[in-house]
Amino acid sequence: MLEINCPWCGPRPEAEFRCGGEIPIIRPTPDCTDREWAAYLHERTNPKGMHRERWLHVLGCGMWIAAIRSTINHHITRTGPLAAPHDEASS
Amino acid sequence: MTSLRLDAGGSMIDRARPLQFRWGRTRLAGLAGDTLASALMANGESVFARSFKYHRPRGLLAAGLEEPNAIVQWQEGRLTSPNLKATTLELHDGLIAAPVNAWPSPQFDLLAANGWIKRFIPAAFYYKTFIWPHWHLFEPAIRRAAGLGLAPVHPDPDSYAQHVDQVDCLVVGAGLAGLQEAASLARQGKKVILAESDPWPGGAIFGPAHDTERAQANRLAAELSACPNVRVLLRTTVLALQDDGLVTMLERLTDHLPVAQRQGPRHRLWKLRARDLVLATGAHERPLVFDGNDRPGVMLASAAGQLLERQAVSPGRRLVLAANNDRAWDAALALAMAGLGVAGIMDARTAADPARVAVATVLGIRMEFETVPWRARGSRHITAVETARIIAGGAARPTGTAIACDTLLMSGGYSPVVHLHGQAGGQLVWHDGVQAFLPVPGALPCRMVGAAAGDGLGHVRPVWHISADPRRPSAKAFVDFQNDVTAADVALARSESFRAVEHLKRYTTLGMATDQGKTSNINGLAIMGGLAGLSPDTVGTTRFRPPYEPAPIGAFAGHRVGQLLRPVRRLPAHAAHASLGARFEEYGLWERPSCYPKAGETEADAVFREAAAVRAGVGLFDASPLGKIEVKGPDAANFLDRIYVGRVSTLRPGGCRYGLILNEHGIILDDGIVARIADDHFLVGTTSSNARIVHQHLEEWLQCEWPQLLVAIADVTQQWAVMNVAGPNARRLLEGLACDIDLDGAAFAHLGHREGHVEGVPCRMQRVSYTGELSFELAVPSRFALALHARLLACGADLGIVPFGIEAMMVLRTEKGFLHLGSDTDGTTFPDDVGFGAPVRLRKDDFIGRRSCLMPEAMRPDRRQLVGLQSVDGTLLPIGGHVLGKGQDRQSQGWVTSSVNSPALGRAVALAMVCAGRSRHGEEVVVWNRGGTQRARIVSPVAFDPKGERMHG
Repeated sequence: MLEINCPWCGPRPEAEFRCGGEIPIIRPTPDCTDREWAAYLHERTNPKGMHRERWLHVLGCGMWIAAIRSTINHHITRTGPLAAPHDEASS
Repeated sequence: MTSLRLDAGGSMIDRARPLQFRWGRTRLAGLAGDTLASALMANGESVFARSFKYHRPRGLLAAGLEEPNAIVQWQEGRLTSPNLKATTLELHDGLIAAPVNAWPSPQFDLLAANGWIKRFIPAAFYYKTFIWPHWHLFEPAIRRAAGLGLAPVHPDPDSYAQHVDQVDCLVVGAGLAGLQEAASLARQGKKVILAESDPWPGGAIFGPAHDTERAQANRLAAELSACPNVRVLLRTTVLALQDDGLVTMLERLTDHLPVAQRQGPRHRLWKLRARDLVLATGAHERPLVFDGNDRPGVMLASAAGQLLERQAVSPGRRLVLAANNDRAWDAALALAMAGLGVAGIMDARTAADPARVAVATVLGIRMEFETVPWRARGSRHITAVETARIIAGGAARPTGTAIACDTLLMSGGYSPVVHLHGQAGGQLVWHDGVQAFLPVPGALPCRMVGAAAGDGLGHVRPVWHISADPRRPSAKAFVDFQNDVTAADVALARSESFRAVEHLKRYTTLGMATDQGKTSNINGLAIMGGLAGLSPDTVGTTRFRPPYEPAPIGAFAGHRVGQLLRPVRRLPAHAAHASLGARFEEYGLWERPSCYPKAGETEADAVFREAAAVRAGVGLFDASPLGKIEVKGPDAANFLDRIYVGRVSTLRPGGCRYGLILNEHGIILDDGIVARIADDHFLVGTTSSNARIVHQHLEEWLQCEWPQLLVAIADVTQQWAVMNVAGPNARRLLEGLACDIDLDGAAFAHLGHREGHVEGVPCRMQRVSYTGELSFELAVPSRFALALHARLLACGADLGIVPFGIEAMMVLRTEKGFLHLGSDTDGTTFPDDVGFGAPVRLRKDDFIGRRSCLMPEAMRPDRRQLVGLQSVDGTLLPIGGHVLGKGQDRQSQGWVTSSVNSPALGRAVALAMVCAGRSRHGEEVVVWNRGGTQRARIVSPVAFDPKGERMHG
């Protein structure tokens, strides 16, 4: 079980969290093509190595947080408050 | 009968405290401080079990939890546990244990016939042979013949505790290295936990040559037990070392006590994180692989050493040692000094430690170098060992001589216990000096010390198997004792291309038994390496997986058993329903009244009566589990516009509206009533099962996509109890209450929301209807649920009020064609499929899921659509029954989703999802269910009151 450092609650066991997948995922505007919409819904980078993702501290403060996790050994190197998706993409 | 208890010695036993125990049907006596294994040895028992596959007689091999042979059925009846090791069970008064896999007894076992045909049962024999017509035909009989102990058939009567904690330092293993490490950390003022599997500290120190270490260990153990910042946990096995240093360990609290003295939980499962983690887990001695090495009387040298040290038990009176390292000599020398006959020491090396040789010389022990055991003679017990010389190329040549003995102590070197290090992802490196895998330090939040890190294991000469031709290992030389895997099986795996170590494991079952190959894995992979010309380093190990040692499922379940596995949620007015004779069932997370049967009524009768009563007069339904989520803030309306299919911002305060919530894939997530309390304040109503899901959905979108919106969300589902008064007389009933809300139909129309007081209690009242009748939902703080319920029943007595349950509600809503989420919808349902295409098309601005509703898949004309189904003969249609066309086409076109007997219509009504159903009203179809068919007609989903006039009264 991972130990995840919630920026609001401190280090807490993984069982208190739910993983919400990759960030940032930019939501296209409604006038996008079907192809672009399908890519937004389904396509992820799925990297081997560092992965930016969001986690919900569901049995804790209820906040979504950002984390960087290695998909090789699950080690989470950094966590922090979640930025707005567009800020996240440009950072 | 060769083994015996000596008259002196034994650091653990108390000769003044004899204990009675039962082994199978035999009553025996042992001493306090015995293990079951040592007590049996002291009683002269040498055959402990029959082997898994060949039913060969087996004696004790090891002294600790690595023991592969001496596994027993512990206790009887409700308390029984299978496959525990005699070496780890502490003797107590009244202990009952029995051998496994032997009938009628391990001395005389009928299935030993398997052993006579052993050479015809190599690895994978069963799978290769019993293939026609099918393996499963033979499997039950084969499984009965094989196998170990019996799983208990009764529920586990014991309770198990769980404990989550953190500590500065955890030291695993209380051998000398662990004691030293724990003491050093304790002296620095650190909070230390020292966990030891054995019931005593001290580890595997034995023999007169180690008096200094023994004294040091005793002193440190005493120091630590007096230390306030140190907790020594004996009988505690670390099972796993996982991500971020999470340690799982099992503390056995009561197994060592007589049954009558056991109190409280049997085991405690620890989940522990330590800032500093030290693994002092020691090393397991490896057997030598030669013909007959599994005969009772052949055992590991360290096991004999420990039995002598702790319990003053000797496995025999005339012993021989066969070793390839110095450490193993200590056992033979200790036994000789204790007065037992040591008939010889053979060592595979050219020379040994001069100090030990000197002692052996003084003791008059015959020593042979470059000598190995060739074959153990004897059937039920070893009688002599034939010797062989190692010659060039790793081959052995028998010398033609045999040493008479009743015990052969063997040592093929040591394997450091690197399991936890390996589980945590640590690297291993092969060390040629000690001929073992050692942990590579670093990268992990733990360090290894003592024998676990390879310290003091000396120089080992590898002798992986002993045969005349190293390319042809023997089929009588055992590698994995518990699973009956021989050296020849390893060669067979290689010749059939199962060469990778994980393949070798699965093909031969090497290392797959309850001991997980603690004494056999390294020998097996080294033999494979030898055949392939590879070093063990290149062959590698199989993956180390938790648990290190088997643990009862109960320990992992902890308190989460029975009612506590999934606590039942009861309604605030549960007691009132119970006193009305409600029949309770679980719906979603809640235990709710399904109906209120009167004496003599069947459930169907009650449901029918209740549904009819609501249409005729007035009914009372407890709707408390309906989800209630408050959404407040300057941007609340804007936010909810993005959540719902229909616009919420156009709603005026005091009004409410039915709406669908989609996920981003356009699939219906939930439906319910959203009410506007004030300009900036909304109450989102959800279905009873989805309150939590919708709450998380709102939070996720607010926090992750639109954090700039000024909105706050709170789930208040359980703060409010909801009573639904429905039926033509609903208003008349409420007029009997003290209420400051104007109930007049003009002032408070259908889809209105009011806040006020009922009987002096705060009340949120909504005119919403899932029954199709005039209907009021009264929400009051949960603590007033019982009072409101009683008041409504009293006020409605004159009107003939009838409490109704979920089943009657389902009848009423099905008559009306109202959607029931999860019954009529599933994970593929778009709004248009259930008749809500227009609101989607009308919205030009964005909301969650809108774009997905415009994808080609969502707009396929042949999608399944919600329709009504009416059976031609008026009988009930089966829910889940498939809808087929009338012609020859037997392809399913959909299925029945809801089906009830309607009292209002005097016939059955049903809802169904049918391909292109909306354009097929009037068409006759066939409903197929489990081979039977019924004729039915596709109709409008709204069977009753199609104009919806009744709820507007």
